[in-house]
Amino acid sequence: MSVTDAPPAPPVKAVIRKPSTRRRLVPYWLLLPGILWLLVFFALPMVYQASTSVQTGSLEKGFEVTWHFRTYWDALADYYPQFVRSLLYAGTATLLCLLLGYPLAYLIAFKAGRWRNLVLVLVVAPFFTSFLIRTLAWKTILADGGAVVDVLHTLHVLDVTAWLGWTENNRVLATPMAVVCGLTYNFLPFMILPLYTSLERIDGRLHEAAGDLYATPATTFRKVTLPLSMPGVVSGTLLTFIPASGDYVNAELLGSTDTKMVGSVIQSQFLRVLDYPTAAALSFILMAVVLLLVTVYIRRSGTEDLV
Amino acid sequence: MTQQQTAGGDVRLTGISKTYGSFTAVHPLDLTVPQGSFFALLGASGCGKTTTLRMIAGLEEATTGTVSLGGRDITDLPPYKRPVNTVFQSYALFPHLDVSENIAFGLRRRGIKSVKKQVGEMLDLVQLGDFARRKPHRLSGGQQQRVAVARALINHPQVLLLDEPLGALDLKLRRQMQLELKRIQTEVGITFVHVTHDQEEAMTMADTVAVMNGGRVEQLGAPADLYENPRTTFVANFLGTSNLIEGEIVSTGTDVVVSAGGGELRLPVGRCPSPARSGEKLLVGVRPEKISLTHTDDADAIPDGRNRVTGRITDSSFIGVSTQYVVESPAGASLQVYEQNIERDSRLAAGADVVLHWNPEHTFGLDAAQSINAGADGLEDVA
Repeated sequence: MSVTDAPPAPPVKAVIRKPSTRRRLVPYWLLLPGILWLLVFFALPMVYQASTSVQTGSLEKGFEVTWHFRTYWDALADYYPQFVRSLLYAGTATLLCLLLGYPLAYLIAFKAGRWRNLVLVLVVAPFFTSFLIRTLAWKTILADGGAVVDVLHTLHVLDVTAWLGWTENNRVLATPMAVVCGLTYNFLPFMILPLYTSLERIDGRLHEAAGDLYATPATTFRKVTLPLSMPGVVSGTLLTFIPASGDYVNAELLGSTDTKMVGSVIQSQFLRVLDYPTAAALSFILMAVVLLLVTVYIRRSGTEDLV
Repeated sequence: MTQQQTAGGDVRLTGISKTYGSFTAVHPLDLTVPQGSFFALLGASGCGKTTTLRMIAGLEEATTGTVSLGGRDITDLPPYKRPVNTVFQSYALFPHLDVSENIAFGLRRRGIKSVKKQVGEMLDLVQLGDFARRKPHRLSGGQQQRVAVARALINHPQVLLLDEPLGALDLKLRRQMQLELKRIQTEVGITFVHVTHDQEEAMTMADTVAVMNGGRVEQLGAPADLYENPRTTFVANFLGTSNLIEGEIVSTGTDVVVSAGGGELRLPVGRCPSPARSGEKLLVGVRPEKISLTHTDDADAIPDGRNRVTGRITDSSFIGVSTQYVVESPAGASLQVYEQNIERDSRLAAGADVVLHWNPEHTFGLDAAQSINAGADGLEDVA
């Protein structure tokens, strides 16, 4: 086109292009499968359980919603020892996991060199066996007259633990200690992996810089490594504490009637006693308590900045 | 320099070396950095300069030799007990601490009081007063660099070690920070040991430059001295550009006469590797900016007594303040010539026959046993 016969150019308008509707909808389309899944397998069951928890009736006559909130109060009054015990056991196991897991995660992140991947595989290796089988194996390990009990007995460790109320009658099996050991063992990888991930992200030069600025290795750990690994500590403790507080397998297999955790109660209310409202109410109380504790914990640890 | 007489805070490396397995990063090395000086370790990557610095900091254990500071042997001291501080290449600022806590880190570790006041002063020195509460990731590269300098300087170390501290900055900011660092060094009077691969940076900032190559110090001296009197081809090529011409010594006296490329070149005997004997090979060197370029037609106008080489221009590029020519010559090399753009001779274009001439005083001689290309980064194309 030559310049002369071009029509006079229309005044140029600033065109602000809006993203097309299609484009704007893309994120929602991507969300859809996940939302559907959660709706069907999480939200609906929650509503269903919530309604169960305020029903009354019996198995023969059928249950109906009577807004009987008293079930909650009764459940709490009847089973608060199991609640307290659950939180105590889960808390102790979480602490033990942290104490055992941190040095190992530190070692893998900073010292393992070419063995790093091998050690990581070993950490995950127990998952190749079923949870149940692993816990049953501990039954053998801690059995009366077994090597572990013998050694602990000879070293008079059992006297100390018995005095603390962790064991009794020179037994380990069917005591609080056995349950906490089982919980610790089963949830240890959930502690190690997030710890490792956050430690591994720390730039090794920060350690050098701290040393260069007069920090001893211990101070370097306290002032640099530990604060920078807090995201791992927080996610590790949550991943351990939350499932451990609802766990019932360890308490069932390694404990006794005196070490029952709230998970066991819920399980038996649902499947053996068939008192669905109480079981549902217990579940919601547990959920509320854990949510409350976790919220307080995250607020207190102040790691929002680092994540 | 008066400070050089006071041995009070000199850094002295004696026979220090570092080997990793079968690889020798630093060959046994003796080096003294006078107190209060700005000392640069210059070399290409992998020449051992950073390893040397890290051995002074204590971040790397020396395989042999000793490090002493002001007469005190610190070889076996861990880094946190050495009165030296480092500005790391990537700054290594603590991401969980804000600017003022980063700067205060060293003071707090030594339990020093009046932290707040000193941090305030240091923030002023590096002009970051408004950023005290910011976390490092919210600062620009230049600001992070200044925090790193402040964090080290606040401890009043006897020596400040800088490991390529300007490497991550763009050219303009780098220039600015060079001046700033130089200003700070003059102001605080602390010994600076600066590792860099940028020869211009080393020459602008440092009082003394040690050029390292392959784990050894090739040459040490003031920047101008290194530039004018390189003793090895590596230094001649790595610091700026040099024209090196192979020749054979014809006669010696106050001037050494060398035959090269069918002509004769003179240079003062003092600028030859001693002893210069007739019949021996010699590399004759001259810096591109010392050479004048005259068209062959005007060759008669060249004053007597100057070194001359004939050639033909193969390439010229206009830089602004100067024009750079590449001249093909029977002397056997493509010679570089930088001419100031004062009066431009339009005949001096590619293909023109020219005479290159320069003052014999500006000629230096190098031992012909070494590689003529050492340190040239493959830029020099010697046909």
